[in-house]
Amino acid sequence: MRVVLGEDLTLLRDGLIRLLTAYDMDVVAAVDNGPELLTALVTHRPDVAVVDVRLPPSFTDEGLKAAIEARAQVPGLPVLVLSQHVEPLYARELLSAARGGLGYLLKDRVSDVRRFIEAVRTVAGGGTAMDPEVVAQLLARHARDEPLSRLTPREREVLALMAEGRANAGIAARLVVTESAVNKHIGNIFTKLDLYPDEDGNRRVLAVLAYLNA
Amino acid sequence: MSHDPGIFRRLVRLTLVTCTRGLVQAVVSVAGLLLFFAALLSLLSLATGIGILLVPMSLLAVRRLASTQRRWAREWSRVTIATPYRPRPVEITNGLIGRLQRCKWLLTDPATWRDLLWTLVGVPVSVVLGLLPVFMLVVGVWTVVADLGAWFFGLWSTAPPGFWGQVFFLGLLLLVPTTGPLLLRVHAWAASSLLAPTREAMTAQVGQLAESRSQAVDASAAELRRIERDLHDGAQARLVSLGMNIGFAEQVLRDNPDLALNLLAEARASSGQALTELRTLVRGIHPPVLAERGLDGAVQALTLSLPLPVDLHIELPGRASAPVESAVYFAIAEALANLIKHSGANRAWVQVEYHSGKLVAIVGDNGTGGASLRPGGGLRGVERRLAAFDGVLALTSPVGGPTVVTMELPCELSLART
Repeated sequence: MRVVLGEDLTLLRDGLIRLLTAYDMDVVAAVDNGPELLTALVTHRPDVAVVDVRLPPSFTDEGLKAAIEARAQVPGLPVLVLSQHVEPLYARELLSAARGGLGYLLKDRVSDVRRFIEAVRTVAGGGTAMDPEVVAQLLARHARDEPLSRLTPREREVLALMAEGRANAGIAARLVVTESAVNKHIGNIFTKLDLYPDEDGNRRVLAVLAYLNA
Repeated sequence: MSHDPGIFRRLVRLTLVTCTRGLVQAVVSVAGLLLFFAALLSLLSLATGIGILLVPMSLLAVRRLASTQRRWAREWSRVTIATPYRPRPVEITNGLIGRLQRCKWLLTDPATWRDLLWTLVGVPVSVVLGLLPVFMLVVGVWTVVADLGAWFFGLWSTAPPGFWGQVFFLGLLLLVPTTGPLLLRVHAWAASSLLAPTREAMTAQVGQLAESRSQAVDASAAELRRIERDLHDGAQARLVSLGMNIGFAEQVLRDNPDLALNLLAEARASSGQALTELRTLVRGIHPPVLAERGLDGAVQALTLSLPLPVDLHIELPGRASAPVESAVYFAIAEALANLIKHSGANRAWVQVEYHSGKLVAIVGDNGTGGASLRPGGGLRGVERRLAAFDGVLALTSPVGGPTVVTMELPCELSLART
């Protein structure tokens, strides 16, 4: 799996390279600023890009902008965005170009190495990996909305896990229930939110995120 | 139990106080005419060049007289007359240039001319209003003494005034304690018409305050941004890498214990560095020693970490408020950092004192001089920070040295905490 890495702090860049390499990924380019990142993404067209939101030269959201621009030039380019803090606004901007795998995680998540690698692979495979923090903020924004308030506490848990990008099996394992129980909850959620039940896992996730983002 | 001096004694005291004040005012304003003419002459002597020396002297004397009259208005009649002068420019240097700057500062301030005008036109006002109560007192007393004498000795030395005349003069005497203070107050109002700041001056001052405030806001916003950056790129990043290393070590512990050991060692180093960075950052926000020991101890601690000997003389009768302490501390720190970087000095001194409502901090060195307040420089930043507290910074740094940075900040001190 070919990876392009955009991270300006040497310490973290080297750590991430070592980590990704140890899990049989090939870091084809590791850059430390926005413009070079965009060039690298467009020329290498990697299987997945791992990108820090804040990069030089402006130290604002250069990384995010480069990722969004690259997705406009290379439709479907999978991007996993890392950041010191998560911002629902950035999640919305990323989701607006919804084709292709997408991840938005707190940098802290790299300490859970196995799940981080899993997230990289999910995104590379066209899936979604949203940080629980992002999902929580999105849910909090809708806490008092009419359709969401009709969900049972268990259904809200399932919704949150689904928004993070987890597959049914993963949700079932996490909540210690059977997959068919999860299926039933998801059916209920979609009915209550007036969403079209889709068989395809990731399109379903995106529908949920789009709903939360609206 | 307090002693009541009785209505009669109070009236007598009020009469005497009022008359004394009126007399003082009249005499001082007449004497002020001398100052007026001296100022006039010094202005004329500008043509010969000597005026450069004389003008500041005479005009400042006029200013002092006007300030005294403002104080009297406040203390005697409770009429507050605000001080209208423009602030003394910070960059006044020594020597001839400095004299010229001083002249320009005084001559371009409209308040100078209004003071001067009052020194002239205030004279008749002060004489009439000041001497009127004295006149009433003298006439009244004379009548009483003369009449009492006549009644007592049963003889008239002069033709007796008519009954109504006696009532009138006696009435004048009794009026002194009531109208006297009123006359003083009228005088104070008259004075404030020229000695108080004009509306334009007030507007200008408000503008100045707004500017120094927005500069201070800018400075503190930049400061917050710096702190956020330091945290983001420093401690936060180290903690992320720490977590990553530990997590990685966890994964490879069984298969590759050597790698796991390396990762853990790196993690430990990373945590130590994160702590160091946090400590440095905290010291940059509010040094713990400043909170614990105040300005005195903090400046001492600061100078201990410098690579050159610093003579310290700190004499503060109490502690300033936390924001003031912090502003002064960072001002001194910046001045010292500047000194280390640029002056080439091998000796420095710091003096912190408090007198007449101002905290004065002076940082000097024996270096090569030539420092300037260039825009974007550290001292310019200090100036902005101090401006938020109405403080000023003056720099003298002739080429060849020595450099002296003087910072003044009006503030109040609380009693020393022990």
